[in-house]
Amino acid sequence: MSNRIDVKKTYKLYINGAFPRTESGRTYEIKSAKGVFVANPCLASRKDLRDAVVAARAAHSGWNKATAYNRGQILYRIAEMLEGRRAQFVDEIMQLTDVTKVKAEKEVTDSVDRLVWYAGWTDKIASLAGSTNPVAGPFYNFTIPESMGVVAAIAPETPSLFGFIDVVAPIITSGNTVVVLASTKAPLSAMTFAEVLATSDLPHGVVNILTGKKEEIAPWMASHMDIDALDISGLPAKQHGPIKVAGAENLKRIHSFKSADPGRIIAFMEAKTVWHPIGL
Amino acid sequence: MSFYGLVDGGDASLKSYLNNLSGVDQVGAEARAAMLATRSIKTSSKRWAIDTAITMVDLTTLEGADTPGKVKALCTKAVRPDPTDSTVPSVGAVCVYNDMVSVARTHLDLIGGQHVPVAAVSTAFPSGRASMVVKIQDTQDAIDAGAAEIDMVIDRGAFLAGRYIDVFNEIVQIRQVCGDKAHLKVIFETGELVTYDNVRKASFLAMAAGADFIKTSTGKVAPAATAPVVLVMLEAVRDFYEMTNARIGVKPAGGIRNTKDAIKQLVLVNETVGPDWLNPKLFRIGASALLNDLLMQRMKMDEGYYSSPQYVTMD
Repeated sequence: MSNRIDVKKTYKLYINGAFPRTESGRTYEIKSAKGVFVANPCLASRKDLRDAVVAARAAHSGWNKATAYNRGQILYRIAEMLEGRRAQFVDEIMQLTDVTKVKAEKEVTDSVDRLVWYAGWTDKIASLAGSTNPVAGPFYNFTIPESMGVVAAIAPETPSLFGFIDVVAPIITSGNTVVVLASTKAPLSAMTFAEVLATSDLPHGVVNILTGKKEEIAPWMASHMDIDALDISGLPAKQHGPIKVAGAENLKRIHSFKSADPGRIIAFMEAKTVWHPIGL
Repeated sequence: MSFYGLVDGGDASLKSYLNNLSGVDQVGAEARAAMLATRSIKTSSKRWAIDTAITMVDLTTLEGADTPGKVKALCTKAVRPDPTDSTVPSVGAVCVYNDMVSVARTHLDLIGGQHVPVAAVSTAFPSGRASMVVKIQDTQDAIDAGAAEIDMVIDRGAFLAGRYIDVFNEIVQIRQVCGDKAHLKVIFETGELVTYDNVRKASFLAMAAGADFIKTSTGKVAPAATAPVVLVMLEAVRDFYEMTNARIGVKPAGGIRNTKDAIKQLVLVNETVGPDWLNPKLFRIGASALLNDLLMQRMKMDEGYYSSPQYVTMD
């Protein structure tokens, strides 16, 4: 029998490489699958989103300029760090979603594998999505895919870790920065994953994580003029319409996906065409 | 010169005037500034504060790499900060180096910006390390080129060495050069004055010597316009007003980059010297990046969604 008092963990947001509480001071309660209280994560407000977008915008130029090789190394490093904390993720997945240990372990394994898979894509996507175009003149003509800038994303409710990584990894693979809203009911995986990111040499602000309510944050993501694209994979299909309308003002690219696909990387890239005279 | 009857222009009377000042309670000033910074300004008050702050901005470019083109672009922005919205007021002034004054004045007059004055940084800005002859010539040049406001730097070396009379005489001489042609703003570079007591002393010295405005910093040294420093200067202005009935302006400069910071400054002004000072004639903010943030916040209030730096002009 130990007299030691429990050390309870405070789950906070992840913005610009730091772990701030929400500006609003609000929290909400999450319970385990069996209905037992687990934690009070932050209920992020639109101002947290605004701050996160500022951080993501500032981080974009550096992350975009990093070589594809370097981005791949960092994504691989994230996978390494995730592997090292496997047990904690398994515990948290089991705590919040009513799954067996075998299933939880498979989710973590899949998550690590998925990160490694995207790590491999960083230096290959340009040759897959780009092209050399024949033109009627003495020029080389190249189409080069580039990152868009700041992408916002809404992670699916479940699976809370795998779904989160499946949304975030393709966005940052090409050099975008991301502001992502984690699963509302099971945000622990995302917040613990923030600790993995913080120790993975990922530059501050490349990934920013909020926890809170989709219906509160999603419309602000859609209307924010400094967000270039939006992944609404985690939003129920019937809410897609109004979000797409709200995002039309700045011609935001809005996508949702059902499975892993190199197309997820390309969806958040835009093509640049370069002309170069032959013979120089 | 009367110096408000406070000093006679001699060393002894200046020393006794400055030595009679009360000291600054450092902890108290910092606590009060921090407390006032927690005020929340919302909706219509915020809208008013944003527009007021825009009229107070001294839109500044003080780079070695300034070109006539950049200065002209800045002037255009000063007259009409948001080209798509004519309800946005013009800024308080355009602040440039001496050799750019005529470029700025000519361009402002050309585009209908006669109401926007040009401020010039003179007296060997930013260090102030030059002979008095050069400083006077520097100031005269700026006024001849059309500057209506002169931002002079004090000799911090002389001030820190205790040669207050030298600093005093310098300000008096520049004041004479300005005459009735130009407003005089005196820059202390508070980041180099070390203590709040020195800031208060410098404030009273400059005000007695004839400054129209007292200004925190050049923008070249950090820390610049911190809230406690501005509070100390505003309190000096308030005390000076009680002594002499003269209203002296204050200009924080450097480090005020977003709307929140600017509104905090307005709160400090309102709570320290009162709403009379919430006027570009008595309060200015030296800044460059701030204006874009004010415009973006204004758009947010009008449109209902967050704006992007892509929708304001680049500096």
